[in-house]
Amino acid sequence: MRKLKVAVFKFSSCDGCQLQFLNMEEELLRLMDNIEFALFYEARRFAEPGPYDITFVEGSVSTPHEVELLAKLREDSKLVVAVGACATSGGIQALRNWADVEEFKRQVYPRPEWIEVLKNAEPPSKYIRVDYEIRGCPVSKEQLMLFVLQLLKGKTPSLPVDSVCLECKRKGNVCVLVVRGMPCLGPVTMSGCGALCPSYSRGCYGCYGPMADSRPAVLNKRLKELNIRPKDIQLLFKQFTGWSKEFRGVIDEYE
Amino acid sequence: MNTNRVIEVDYLARVEGEGSLYLEIENGKVLRVEVGIFEAPRFFEAFLNGRKYYEVPDITARICGICPVAYVMSSSKALEKILQIDVSDEVEQLRKIIYLGEWVESHVLHVLMLHAPDFLGHDSLLSLAKEQPDIVRKGLVLKGWGNQVVRVVGGRSVHPVSCRVGGFHRVIRKEELLPLTRDLRRVEGYAKELLEWVLELPIPDFKRDIEFLSLRNEEEYPVLHGRIVSNKGLNIHEDEFEECLTTEQARYSTSLRYRLKGRGPYVVGPLARYNNNYDLLKPEVREVVESHGYKAPLSNSFQSIIARAAEVYHAVLELEELINNYREPKQPYMEGMLCEGVGAAVTEAPRGLLYHRYTLSEKGYVVNVNIIPPTSQNLASIEQDLLALGDKLVTLDQTRAQWLAEQAVRNYDPCISCATHFLKLNYVSKEHRHTE
Ligand code: SF4
Ligand code: SF4
Ligand code: SF4
Repeated sequence: MRKLKVAVFKFSSCDGCQLQFLNMEEELLRLMDNIEFALFYEARRFAEPGPYDITFVEGSVSTPHEVELLAKLREDSKLVVAVGACATSGGIQALRNWADVEEFKRQVYPRPEWIEVLKNAEPPSKYIRVDYEIRGCPVSKEQLMLFVLQLLKGKTPSLPVDSVCLECKRKGNVCVLVVRGMPCLGPVTMSGCGALCPSYSRGCYGCYGPMADSRPAVLNKRLKELNIRPKDIQLLFKQFTGWSKEFRGVIDEYE
Repeated sequence: MNTNRVIEVDYLARVEGEGSLYLEIENGKVLRVEVGIFEAPRFFEAFLNGRKYYEVPDITARICGICPVAYVMSSSKALEKILQIDVSDEVEQLRKIIYLGEWVESHVLHVLMLHAPDFLGHDSLLSLAKEQPDIVRKGLVLKGWGNQVVRVVGGRSVHPVSCRVGGFHRVIRKEELLPLTRDLRRVEGYAKELLEWVLELPIPDFKRDIEFLSLRNEEEYPVLHGRIVSNKGLNIHEDEFEECLTTEQARYSTSLRYRLKGRGPYVVGPLARYNNNYDLLKPEVREVVESHGYKAPLSNSFQSIIARAAEVYHAVLELEELINNYREPKQPYMEGMLCEGVGAAVTEAPRGLLYHRYTLSEKGYVVNVNIIPPTSQNLASIEQDLLALGDKLVTLDQTRAQWLAEQAVRNYDPCISCATHFLKLNYVSKEHRHTE
């Protein structure tokens, strides 16, 4: 079998999602029998030119230069897969999209005039066609593995669509929202993490982004009934996937 | 040999984040060095303003996927100072466990996947694995174990979810930790073997007079607390740290870097910790190091890989004790007193001192932040290393010179993602710098 030629490339991010490839550890060596990392700066000194069979992109697009690089990658790749919250909804960088980036520059940099950034940090899908999105901040390495294995076997990869609540139920977790009155984004957040936060006695903060057909407005109402301060409800939605259009709706209500 | 040339690396590989390297050589002398950073700025300090204090550790974790625990810990400790929280000993021990787990995982990643291939002429771990499958497999088991430690305590290894200001969201039970010890004999053996393997690597000859900065306390090899000391007599409290620094902006590389006031560039990280705290390393570790003819101090930056491997072995031995002696805390966390105030804290990230300072409003919202990550502190020294390496670089052909220069940068395990939350975007306008 011909090895799949894979590229892993980052935009504005923390590197955590591409690290999940290296976190596959021993499985990584086994995977190497079937795929070749032709471009992966975190792991390899040499980069091979495209075309690539699969390109995994991490991070959000936040500078004009990144827009150009992204377009080039799209041209060079059969499949483009966005991995992680940054690449699927703008991620943490997108928090600046509600503010004036010029003001942010002045706050952080002594010479703001040297900084060239776009007004907004956006997911790659804003600029190019993206074939698949794998969620999470970080993306789960099990999901990544499964995705690659399905492609290798010639299957159409399947990804979750339901909510974190369902994973909670499957695990038999005590519901922190119902029983303890803690704010939890689980009802509107995409599954895939194994209901991690409720398993550690805390509410979900939405790092997998909105589930399919997410209804954040309903949860918003429930949170108000719990007497959570409006500003704090807003901050809860305005975290790692706040720029997704579903969550943005609730956030803007409080702007 | 062409004595006038330029060494240019557009994409520094095997570092975390995006950086570039530019060296100008004229008449057999290195004239200019630029370690550029072209990762986009991410504005963390700006958007942390207005956030609630309890959100800060989760948010700052996202500065870096390689050392999130370090960000969680420095920020939690700084905020706890404002809220007047003294965490229990049990919580402190648990923090040390997850932190040392991150050391193991991050150090083995760097030693094996990012750095060692250089010494042996390989372009990646994957090509190294073909030639030396045994040590690579053992290293990966070791790294996996470190990740497992972080996962058990934190829920996942990148951006753990269990930590919070004041402690942990829930009690981590002893029986959750104990499975980690099941494999310990093997893991310990591998850590020792990795150190022995590293001690046999062909390490380039190189020496420079460096001021090494790290935490130090007299009880233990430092992780979460201590005074800030240097091998040249500095000894200060974390609250004094910012006052001792000058922040500089180099025109050519458009990046901020730090120096010690009146003293100059300095180095943080494993080499600094090792040199300043060698006496506190486990005797088993020192024995291996010394049986290979090394000890402390090490003043060759290429030997940072030795310090890293020594710390891995030390951390595994410490983790064994910490896990065996672990007692569950009565309460997982302490609530603090909401009040206005300023708090600063430093902990030892795998790459070195990580400083956080916050100002909170009366209601617990952040109003001001300063974060000084290790990589930005090391930048000035990385460039000095490259200058000092000049004599060697000019004798090599272009390909080898470029490789050695890159390797010298990788000595520092630079984490550009960390650094760029405030570093300048590379300012590409120099006539000799080509763009894509
Ligand atoms: S999604 Fe999260 S883990 Fe992934 S790159 Fe972005 S910040 Fe890092
Ligand atoms: S704890 Fe959260 S995720 Fe779990 S069932 Fe309750 S609301 Fe859903
Ligand atoms: S529970 Fe929510 S915040 Fe926690 S890991 Fe899962 S998706 Fe992310």
